[in-house]
Amino acid sequence: MKENLYKYILGIADNSLVLGQRLGELCGHGPSLETDIACTNISLDLFGQVRSYYQYAAKIKGNNATEDQIAFLRKEREYLNVLLVEQPNTDFAYTIGRQFLFDIYHFLFLTELQKSHDLNLAAIAKKSLKEVSYHRRFSSDWIKRLGDGTEESKRRIQEALDSLWTYTDELFHQTEADKIMVSKNIGVDTPTLKETYYTEVQTILSESTLEIPESKWFQKGGKDGIHTEHMGYLLSDLQYMQRTYPNMEW
Amino acid sequence: MSEEQIKNLEAQFEARIARDEKIEPKDWMPEKYRKTHIRQMSQHAHSEIVGMLPEGNWITRAPSLRRKVALLAKVQDEAGHGLYLYSACETLGISRDELYEQLHSGKAKYSSIFNYPTVTWADMGAIGWLVDGAAIINQVPLCSTSYGPYARAMIRVCKEESFHQRQGYEIMIKLANGTPEQKEMAQDALNRWWWPSLMMLGPTDAESVHTEQSMKWKLKRKSNDDLRQQFIDQTVPQADLIGLTIPDPDLKWNEERQSYDFGPINWDEFWQVVKGHGPCNKERMNARVGAWERGAWVREAAMAHAEKKASKNQEKAM
Repeated sequence: MKENLYKYILGIADNSLVLGQRLGELCGHGPSLETDIACTNISLDLFGQVRSYYQYAAKIKGNNATEDQIAFLRKEREYLNVLLVEQPNTDFAYTIGRQFLFDIYHFLFLTELQKSHDLNLAAIAKKSLKEVSYHRRFSSDWIKRLGDGTEESKRRIQEALDSLWTYTDELFHQTEADKIMVSKNIGVDTPTLKETYYTEVQTILSESTLEIPESKWFQKGGKDGIHTEHMGYLLSDLQYMQRTYPNMEW
Repeated sequence: MSEEQIKNLEAQFEARIARDEKIEPKDWMPEKYRKTHIRQMSQHAHSEIVGMLPEGNWITRAPSLRRKVALLAKVQDEAGHGLYLYSACETLGISRDELYEQLHSGKAKYSSIFNYPTVTWADMGAIGWLVDGAAIINQVPLCSTSYGPYARAMIRVCKEESFHQRQGYEIMIKLANGTPEQKEMAQDALNRWWWPSLMMLGPTDAESVHTEQSMKWKLKRKSNDDLRQQFIDQTVPQADLIGLTIPDPDLKWNEERQSYDFGPINWDEFWQVVKGHGPCNKERMNARVGAWERGAWVREAAMAHAEKKASKNQEKAM
């Protein structure tokens, strides 16, 4: 099995899985019907992407592996998503802040992944990019509304961004598998995206009359399977059926 | 306007409906017609958005990626139905905020079936199959109702509901053909959802207060009891086909009527839930009111931002 490629795909797909799961928690509970529909829509897009990635990963894994085994039957240490996407839906400001900080990265990442020498990954990236350009517009617009809205909304979104900022640097962290994939022209060399990322984020924050968070202390670990304490609870929900009723079809 | 003029208008109005013409938002209409439509359409819209909650309860726990995506899409469709039904209702001169206020204060009703809990995955199948099945039977006749915006909204709603119904039945097929544990889960869900689904088609004709006027305005084309019989006759063979048993010992094919006879419905339970004392009435209302209140600052921010933007654009233009 191509172990590094397999891990590399999980590193991408798990972000969409976990963020999609977080957004799914909100379905029916949004601040308005329109935002409810939009967040569900983003969740749906992300799960669609997840299925493409995992189906491909399952083929690489062989042994009759399936997308659902990969999605539902790993242990917490085997999920390779960044810490940012597993952060909880504390309020709408956190939901939007998390989305925005991820979307800006996701868009830059997929733009590069389209050039991958792995044709499957390039094709998934191309298809996903259309969706993610909408996600990016949606979350950027809400950053502007909340930043330059009322005093309360400004305070809340600033607090959310300050608190989530610590998870941004991990987006550019490379695992050993990542580095090997870059050397084979399959993976994206994420450190090269870092400067553009922070410039784009800062431009939108300034436009939204928000402060750029100052902290230079960053957290990482998710890409190596060491997660925040929130992750276990998210997985308890996600895996409930597959764990309670093993080896059944649904 | 003199009383005679009003009577004249009313006669013309009723004649238009009798000729199957559509009434449009800007047309003259009797006040009672407007109020009845606001009541029924908003009740329908509220049912869609409260109906998101029992199914939303299983999105994070859906058993496979395929089921998760389908469930998310289904609940999203319900939000969409709510959206166009509220919009159709707004053409009668009431705002969405006012309609929410009526829901949150308990003045407006929504379908009582959503006050039952979803306790297993099989409930996602049973709701699609039975609840959406009963909803379709109620709603298909509304595609030709007299109020234009409602009729047009219903055409789209019914197409999607019929997809949901098939999707729910497909979940049940899979369970019924699965392991003994899965089959038991399916039967248990049918046992719990069968009677509330029959109640969903409304009180018996003898107890139904709105029927006669609603028939005239084509808000209703068949009586509640006729619709219920139609639902039972359609659903029993579907249960047979997948080896599930309808939880009614009195259920029996009546050769003479070419229909199923069925046992007595527990109307006390129906009225208990309608009056607010079902298993989840409080939880559903708390979820709706809670989402609305927690979202207040977000909606205020969006309004404030739009105003700032508009005044900036104005300054630029000057």
